[in-house]
Amino acid sequence: MKLITAVIKPFKLEDVRQALGEAGIQGLTVTEVKGFGRQKGHTELYRGAEYSVDFVPKTKIEAAVADALVEQAVEAIIVSAATGSIGDGKVFVSDLSQAVRIRTGETGDQAL
Amino acid sequence: MKLTRKLAVASAAAMAAAVPAVALAQDLSAGDTAWMLTSTALVLFMTIPGLSLFYAGMVRAKNTLSVMMQCFTITCLMTVLWVFYVYSLAFGSDVGGFVGGFDKAFMAGVTVDSMSGTIPETVFSMFQLTFAIITPALIVGAFAERMKFSSMLVFMALWVTVVYGPVAHWVWGGGWLGEMGVLDFAGGTVVHINAGVAGLVAAIVLGRRKGYPQTPMKPNNLVLTMVGAAMLWVGWFGFNAGSELAADGVAGMAMAVTQIATAGAALTWMVLEWMSHGKPSALGLVSGAVAGLVAITPASGFVGPMGALAIGAASGLLCYFSVVKVKRALGYDDSLDAFGVHGVGGFVGAILTGVFVDAGLGGAGLGDVSMGGQVLIQFFGAGATIVYCAVATFIILKVIDAIMGLRAGEEAEQEGLDLALHDEAGYNLQ
Repeated sequence: MKLITAVIKPFKLEDVRQALGEAGIQGLTVTEVKGFGRQKGHTELYRGAEYSVDFVPKTKIEAAVADALVEQAVEAIIVSAATGSIGDGKVFVSDLSQAVRIRTGETGDQAL
Repeated sequence: MKLTRKLAVASAAAMAAAVPAVALAQDLSAGDTAWMLTSTALVLFMTIPGLSLFYAGMVRAKNTLSVMMQCFTITCLMTVLWVFYVYSLAFGSDVGGFVGGFDKAFMAGVTVDSMSGTIPETVFSMFQLTFAIITPALIVGAFAERMKFSSMLVFMALWVTVVYGPVAHWVWGGGWLGEMGVLDFAGGTVVHINAGVAGLVAAIVLGRRKGYPQTPMKPNNLVLTMVGAAMLWVGWFGFNAGSELAADGVAGMAMAVTQIATAGAALTWMVLEWMSHGKPSALGLVSGAVAGLVAITPASGFVGPMGALAIGAASGLLCYFSVVKVKRALGYDDSLDAFGVHGVGGFVGAILTGVFVDAGLGGAGLGDVSMGGQVLIQFFGAGATIVYCAVATFIILKVIDAIMGLRAGEEAEQEGLDLALHDEAGYNLQ
């Protein structure tokens, strides 16, 4: 099993969710995050106090995926989340040592 | 009532200083009374929730309740102190031109039938109370996000006793500044210079917020601030037009000039910011509006429409520089610009009242003093208020600091006053 983590532009969430569904991934966890890579932030001004805001709002998606589906899941994310401009985000794949379905107690691939 | 400068000053003084039953046997005017009942509600509305929302949106989320709590509690506390003795200090029988006596303490002699001019004395007293409420509430903006709640209560109680009551008496209650001919229709000195100067002193004595100015301290909810600013504008009609204490032409003009000055000041600030920064901001726009409201306050019964526009523009300009440039340069942490807007705006309005009262400039007329003479009187009135307020505020703060401390403490400031001092969070959004 693998844990796929992707940081994407927030407005791309729907597209990515749909693409992952078509790729056979049934569940997702979504978190609102902020971050930066090469994308620049912006400036805000409040009564003469200027703030440069480096962090940009992003959305993080996590999905636990069976080994067999990893390649198509990553492909689905990359295709659906891309806009072509800086700040599109990144996908990370890490090993997942265990997964358990709470309701039934199923483990491993049965839990995904 | 035909307005001349002398009549405006004298009527306010007479209504305030006279024992109602004997001196002024005026019939109750239903129109005046209805308007003054409304004005009282409008001015209270300016504090709760107008000013409360204005401030609440500008502080950080962890402190949003604390400013609203302070404004609301001040409303309650000032009410009690007012009816105990502050009403008497301001409007009781004159003692040496400095303060009123205690003849009206505990609202002695104020019955259902007592009159103050053409309105019931109860209405006059409550109307004036709303001014005694908003003035201390304005000071909250200067020490926001770091003052201990208990010390704030003690400070406000002492301040309204030692500063607000006497100064209100000086200008409106038959005291020496009113007698000297200082023109302050609705509270440029009594409310705004007082609050602004006290705010500056408090900001300096308490010291800067931890992390200021390097740490970002962004407003948590400017939507609330916009709503609060709008409420202030609408309520201010009661503040200015209500200060005529009658429903007549002067009140009408006061309302008109209030509207005009505010719009002029808001646009001025917006244009300045647009030129300086490249984009106009919502916070700048409403800050300009408040600057205009403040400046027109002392002038509202004395100037005409074009004078109002000039006053608004001047205030927008000077308050903009005061808030955006001067504060930053001098380094003091007047968190929500109590001094920058109310102190500076009040001063600008007070001085320009002496200019635009001239009939030649559309005003009510200078009476038997020259424009230069009136401007000097205005300077003096403002100056006397500034000095007295600054010294008294400083002493009060130092005494409280010695006894119980002023600041909430570093940990409380870090955690946020809402949780640290009130065990509450403003937003539990999940």
